[in-house]
Amino acid sequence: MNATVQPVNASTGTGAAVNIDSLSKVYKTREDDDLLALDRIDVQFEPGSFVAVVGPSGCGKSTLLSLMAGLTDATTGAIVIDGEGVSKPHPKVGVVFQSDLLLYWRTVLDNILLPIEIKKLDLARYRSRAEELLAQVGLEGFGNKFPSELSGGMRQRVAICRALIQEPGLLLMDEPFGALDALTREQMIMDLQAMWLRVRNTVLFITHGIDEAVFLADRVLVMSPRPGRIDLDLKIDMPRPRQWGNVHENKAYNGYVRQIREIFEAKGILVAH
Amino acid sequence: MAKKKSREPWLERYSAVLLAAFVLGGWQILVPLAGLSEFVLPTPLAIAKRMVSQFSLLATHSYVTLFEVLAGFAIGVLVGVPLALAIFYSRAFERAIYPLLVAMQTVPKVALAPLLVLYLGYGWAPKITLAFLISFFPIVISTVVGLQSLDKNLVSLVRSMGASEWQTFFKVRLPAALPNIFGGFKVAISLAVIGAVIGEYVAAERGLGYLQLQANSLFDTTLNFATVVTISVLGVVLYYAIDFIERRVSHKRDAAK
Repeated sequence: MNATVQPVNASTGTGAAVNIDSLSKVYKTREDDDLLALDRIDVQFEPGSFVAVVGPSGCGKSTLLSLMAGLTDATTGAIVIDGEGVSKPHPKVGVVFQSDLLLYWRTVLDNILLPIEIKKLDLARYRSRAEELLAQVGLEGFGNKFPSELSGGMRQRVAICRALIQEPGLLLMDEPFGALDALTREQMIMDLQAMWLRVRNTVLFITHGIDEAVFLADRVLVMSPRPGRIDLDLKIDMPRPRQWGNVHENKAYNGYVRQIREIFEAKGILVAH
Repeated sequence: MAKKKSREPWLERYSAVLLAAFVLGGWQILVPLAGLSEFVLPTPLAIAKRMVSQFSLLATHSYVTLFEVLAGFAIGVLVGVPLALAIFYSRAFERAIYPLLVAMQTVPKVALAPLLVLYLGYGWAPKITLAFLISFFPIVISTVVGLQSLDKNLVSLVRSMGASEWQTFFKVRLPAALPNIFGGFKVAISLAVIGAVIGEYVAAERGLGYLQLQANSLFDTTLNFATVVTISVLGVVLYYAIDFIERRVSHKRDAAK
């Protein structure tokens, strides 16, 4: 996936508007002390914005994603995507998980077409779209391979193609590069930026990595655990396309990273020795 | 295996054939050397000759046993798989039925054979029932284990695509469980052969178990051995028939590696 690939249906403005209103989630535990995973989250995503959520394990970021994907019910509050309240999985939403979750008995192409099959849409129409997506992520001609023939990075690219097949207005990504080796992760971060610059949908990108959050996002939400709250809503003002190779020498970038680290240090999540 | 670099690729590839040839050859040579009569221990060649000369007799009885095995196994699948689904989908049903299943499994099925004859007579019924009873447990257990071992994130994935439980089952749960289910089928079909033959030992007028008892009472040891070989061939053929079907419907997880 490089920036020189011509944009396929350069559909700017396909991003969904997301409105999260006083969203809370309580998990019932066996004892009386219920776990407050999310505490009255209020946030709006501009259509076509790239929003990253950083926080330690257990801060409720995966719960937030699960709620937005319509997989879990909120205890109180609401999520509204393009004017529609989310109570079940929304057709405009695509999800990428930490592991690629490809079905090993299906070819790459059939994996990408799985959502089309489930929604009983016209498979023939989407087949060429799936092949286009594969070509865009540098996997042209891999459609008939099985997942076991692909490397970890290639598999995650296929998983991203699967999430994009229906041109989702909102793409949810749950630590999508967390299981990849460092070099593959670097490449995937740059490729994701290039892809998103073409598609311009709304993205919620959940991660542990401060560096990738600041590099990719228009806006970084920093969360802390128990109860899950947004401690900092940081607008990232850097021109695109950003270059991973020299971003670490960028003053603005380092300033943003510093700000986020300070929050984690203040909370005792990062401790200096 | 063949791709693995080895100093003895030839020996590695044909090791099973060589061992079999060595054992059979040794048997063939040692029997006359030891002065054993065919009545005590026939040679492999004598057994093979008898299998050819009495092919139609062996075939007639094989069909009977084959039918009993297939019928018992089929009932095992038809009862076992739905039962496994009920156990998987209903916690209450699992709680109710599992102790019963385990208790049933501890009963030696072979010990039921005389009772089955008492209740069901001398025909097909007790043999099919025994083949069913003995093959049913591995089918249930392997199907339940296959369904339960699914990565929960896969369910989240297809649900996020808007899949119904029906679709989740056919697109993800069932295909992911197939390797386990077929593993159970393979164990079950081998056991079904044992069940049918034991049923024939107890009381029968036809079938390979019956033929073996006849050979025994006539002191025809060669026919006795020929029947044993036929029973094993039947088991092997059925095992590989299941294996063949599995290759057709299920993709091996690491086939490409």
